Amino acid sequence: MSTARQYELVYVVSPDATDQDVADLHAQVEAIIARIGGELVKSENWGRRKMAYEIGPHREGVYVLELINGSGELMKELERRLRVSEKILRYLVVRVDEELHAAERARSRRKVRTGPPAGDGTGTADNDDRDEAEV
Amino acid sequence: MADEQRRGGGRGRGGARNAASGDKGPGQRRSLFRRRKVCKFCSEKIDYIDYKDVRMLMPFLPDRGKILPRRISGVCAPHQRALQTAIKRARQLALVPYVAD
Repeated sequence: MSTARQYELVYVVSPDATDQDVADLHAQVEAIIARIGGELVKSENWGRRKMAYEIGPHREGVYVLELINGSGELMKELERRLRVSEKILRYLVVRVDEELHAAERARSRRKVRTGPPAGDGTGTADNDDRDEAEV
Repeated sequence: MADEQRRGGGRGRGGARNAASGDKGPGQRRSLFRRRKVCKFCSEKIDYIDYKDVRMLMPFLPDRGKILPRRISGVCAPHQRALQTAIKRARQLALVPYVAD
């Protein structure tokens, strides 16, 4: 059960870091996942982007997203390593499995409500009419 | 004339009466010219408000960087709560400002 959790890890690397540094950090994350046990579902590098506020002397950062299936212990270790690393300006770990399931549920519930006839557009139009009538 | 001047002191009463008669109006026709606000996330059927999607969050962060109250945006309560956590997460990663001037 504990391995059924899905986490999203986003970290912001200092803009001084080279592409090689970013690749090294990613390799480190992969190594920790392999060591403790888990699965790297998806990895995305958003590249260099301007931050909404300065962190220390930096105005931009390199954003990397990792989607991980694993245990809490794995994330704990990852967080520890990220906290120690000087190249990391910020990181955020979010557990997403429950939220994604809730979104999935909402989607399927709506499908049931609108019914089998594929009248998505007409369905919303009806709703709008009714709302206006209430006012 | 004289009466009116004397009653100038009792302007408050006159005002109150006016407000009272005015109350009847709004009760019936207050929302006549106000557009009905609809929750953006309900109407566009967005189930998951992603903190990574800055483009989606920005309309709810006006100039100052504060979260737009739902009395203005018209977002429904459940979605406002989800929006709130999404914005706060995005702020931690400097995707979206805490304060802006």
